[in-house]
Amino acid sequence: MSVPAELGYTKEHEWVAINEGIATVGITAFAAEALGDIVYVEPPEVGSTVTAGESCGEIESHKSVSELYSPVDGEVVDVNQAAVDDPELIGSDPYGRGWLFKVELAEEPADLLTPEQYTQLTEGEG
Amino acid sequence: MTQPPTSDARTTPLYDTHVASGATMVEFAGWLMPLRYRSESAEHRAVRDAAGLFDLSHMGEIRVHGPQAADCLDYALVGQLSTLAVGRARYTMIVTEQGGVLDDLIVYRLADDDYLVVANAANTGTVAAALTERAAGFTATITDETADYALLALQGPQSAAILGPLTDVDLSALRPYAAQHGTVAGTAVLLSRTGYTGEDGFEIYLRPGTAAPALWDTLVEAGQPHGLLPAGLAARDTLRLEAGMPLYGNELTAELTPYDAGLGRVVKLDKPGDFVGRAALAARASSGPTQVLVGLVGRGRRVPRKGYPVLRDGVPVGTVTSGAPSPTLGKPIAIAAVKAGTDLSSGAFAVDVRGRAEAVDVVDLPFYRRTS
Repeated sequence: MSVPAELGYTKEHEWVAINEGIATVGITAFAAEALGDIVYVEPPEVGSTVTAGESCGEIESHKSVSELYSPVDGEVVDVNQAAVDDPELIGSDPYGRGWLFKVELAEEPADLLTPEQYTQLTEGEG
Repeated sequence: MTQPPTSDARTTPLYDTHVASGATMVEFAGWLMPLRYRSESAEHRAVRDAAGLFDLSHMGEIRVHGPQAADCLDYALVGQLSTLAVGRARYTMIVTEQGGVLDDLIVYRLADDDYLVVANAANTGTVAAALTERAAGFTATITDETADYALLALQGPQSAAILGPLTDVDLSALRPYAAQHGTVAGTAVLLSRTGYTGEDGFEIYLRPGTAAPALWDTLVEAGQPHGLLPAGLAARDTLRLEAGMPLYGNELTAELTPYDAGLGRVVKLDKPGDFVGRAALAARASSGPTQVLVGLVGRGRRVPRKGYPVLRDGVPVGTVTSGAPSPTLGKPIAIAAVKAGTDLSSGAFAVDVRGRAEAVDVVDLPFYRRTS
């Protein structure tokens, strides 16, 4: 399962890419695979405040529904409308066109997992 | 994501085949079964448009054999199995003395004195025990032969075209709910024109199950040019839901009579002799059901799921029993149990999806009916 080296991760199976104070968030390939075909996603609204570790939306597949957790603190500045309109993108390209939302960071996140730590976590669950 | 078998989870003869093809395996009713191979929506659509191949070896096969096998089943089940012709199958149920559904069943009559009762995996032990208890006083033996069998289901409009060249059974003469012994790819099987998908299709019983992997590979290879995909339990569930078929544990439980699930037609109150549950079912037949099952189609995209409250003009009137995104309709669908007497022809219906009311339309079941 792909775990890109340049990203940070959470134990809730989200990935984070930070660029000039903006965090882009999505779910990992491991999470997408576990969910199966994704049919619906509800990211947080633009302008809303999100808190690391707290629920900020939901993602639904054929068999189940899961909460989305924000990996970071800050204000949501963008959501991926293409993924909302076509949730299959999340499964087919989780680290690319399937990104979910962007957050202007209130502070640098302290406790993201490294790719090695995340790989270890998924091997424990896999 | 494949789990190794735990000490208490059973595996079918096809376990290694599923793992080798990359299936996501889950524990279901004490068995490790394929949830999906790749995409459950693609598997679902393959069954609707072409064909799908399922491993159903977790289902229970219970043999009822002996001179009084027919009388025994007439007493033990709600249907009149003594009128079932040899070579035919029938959908029926087994209930408690109070009329609660213990399981829904397919029963085959293999010979005058020989029946095969097919039970849901989670209920096989219960059904075998109940049949054994109810067989007391009848010259009939009950044997749980589940471990001896493998069961494959080939479902979808291309099924006959795929199976035809591989079998000595005349498929054009094998009607729905008929079954006969024959061979498929040289393997002796019981071939039945039955299924749980709303499509034409076949169920293939192998005993012993050891030939199942070779037969599976043969069917996959023969089916590929026709668009066949191996299909898992996820697709099986959405296919049966679209076809409006009940699932034990969702639409059917021990707290409900067949009437409460809209399936009173399986209860043969006019059959001669007593049967387990007769008094309770006769009472329910005259008092009417406590609930009715309805179809719901979501207007939005959030899916009504099992256990969610159904609202009419904001007032709770029932509960979702099964719900999923429908690949065929492209919308969420659900079966719900609503209180008997609920006015379905007026009012605004919604489902409380995790605290937010999602508008739904009430529709007749099934959601999908095949055209040919």
